[in-house]
Amino acid sequence: MRRQLESIGRYSEDVVTTAGQMAIMLASAFLYAFTPPIKFRNIFKQMEFVGVQSLFVVILTGSFTGMVLALQSYNALKRFGAESLVGPTVALSMARELGPVLTGLMVTGRAGSAMATELGTMRVTEQIDALFAMAVNPIRYLVVPRVIAGILMFPVLTIVTDFVGVIGGYAVGVKLLGINPGIYIGRTVDFVQMDDIVTGLTKSLVFGLITSLVACYNGFYATGGAEGVGRAATSSVVMGSIMILISDYLMSSFAV
Amino acid sequence: MIKIINLRKSFGDKKVLDGVNLEIERGKITVIIGRSGEGKSVLIKHIIGLLKPDEGAVFLEDQDLTSLRDRDFNEVRKRFGMLFQGAALFDSMTVAGNVGFPLKEHTDLNDEDIGKIVTDKLHRVGLVDVEEMMPSDLSGGMKKRVGLARAIVMDPEIVLFDEPTTGLDPIMSDSIADLVLDTQKALKTTYILITHDIPFTYKIADKIAMLHEGRIIEEGSVEEMKANPNPILRQFLEGRAEGPIKVF
Repeated sequence: MRRQLESIGRYSEDVVTTAGQMAIMLASAFLYAFTPPIKFRNIFKQMEFVGVQSLFVVILTGSFTGMVLALQSYNALKRFGAESLVGPTVALSMARELGPVLTGLMVTGRAGSAMATELGTMRVTEQIDALFAMAVNPIRYLVVPRVIAGILMFPVLTIVTDFVGVIGGYAVGVKLLGINPGIYIGRTVDFVQMDDIVTGLTKSLVFGLITSLVACYNGFYATGGAEGVGRAATSSVVMGSIMILISDYLMSSFAV
Repeated sequence: MIKIINLRKSFGDKKVLDGVNLEIERGKITVIIGRSGEGKSVLIKHIIGLLKPDEGAVFLEDQDLTSLRDRDFNEVRKRFGMLFQGAALFDSMTVAGNVGFPLKEHTDLNDEDIGKIVTDKLHRVGLVDVEEMMPSDLSGGMKKRVGLARAIVMDPEIVLFDEPTTGLDPIMSDSIADLVLDTQKALKTTYILITHDIPFTYKIADKIAMLHEGRIIEEGSVEEMKANPNPILRQFLEGRAEGPIKVF
């Protein structure tokens, strides 16, 4: 009984420590983000890494999700004679939910794990200590560009995911299942409002912050050599994905 | 120049530094020796503010470094250079990018001027035409040399060396010793080294201090330390398994 209580206590302490350190990292990053000198070159480099290099994976994910969504919703809606609603179903699902969440999860897997690995390697090979020793604040130099890149690029990637998802849905709905293209587009335009797109993009902005912060945190505080770096990469994906799903529910429940 | 007073640091239950007292003279080479795991790296990380002590103080001239806020410590750190054990070169940058990094961060020099200083410092550590190489293409000895070039690129007043000869063959260790002596003479810099390489220590040290069980147990010049009868010091300097220091 005592041992169980001790392990619960230790776990709780770890959770509180993690939350505290992450909050301090976020506050420091926020402060440095608005304090000159701002390193635009580092920010652009990270934007290229998070954004441009993730394009292929989000295009693939978005298009196939749109296509399968059209197929499944067609099957369901046909039973009520509402095939014309396939377009809005695909577009609304992509814009409000699947676009931001799938982009978040895919980019967490690709860029989040890479960020954690890079920072973790820098930590265990003393490169982060070297930055400190050279009077360069590692939060400003390493964390700020990554967090800004995450916040800026996730919405852009989400727009891409939404767009290719809608195109994928159109291709399946119109070309494969024979829905009238005029009705498909017309219904989509009628039903989808700017608010739906903004809701999705707001979510993606939060997911961008979560992914980059969690990845930076895990990498920055990595310990224990190569094994520790591996652990940091895994934790960043698991912790990031869980936080994306939980925050998605919370934001959806507020938006409804 | 640097005065360490009653420095204590524990990690969990493990006492690493247990009241370290040490004075480091300006313009001299001070070598801190001790067994692996005795806290030598922990000690120099306190000097440059990478760690905060549980108790005690580190004075640079009249300034207590341990009481400084991070932002103020950054100004002090510009007076230091540091060579890390594995050189800690940035993987993503070329040799020139690594050596020129502090200049780029802290000065308004243009790329051309930075390039000239980088080439000069690389020559000083015996490296030619390596500017565009990546750290992964360098041997262990070359990495240390590039690390030293980076440590001295801002012409610091104090340079810290964390195990500069670890992982190097004896010939390369000796060449690093020559390099330490040459650069220190040329720049009149205060050098603080930690090592357990005794031939290297004898060759370069103005002063040797031995760290054992969290304290400086003996200190003095090379000749004084060679003549010191302390059995712990003798066992360490002579590299014997038998003696008061228990191996296991």
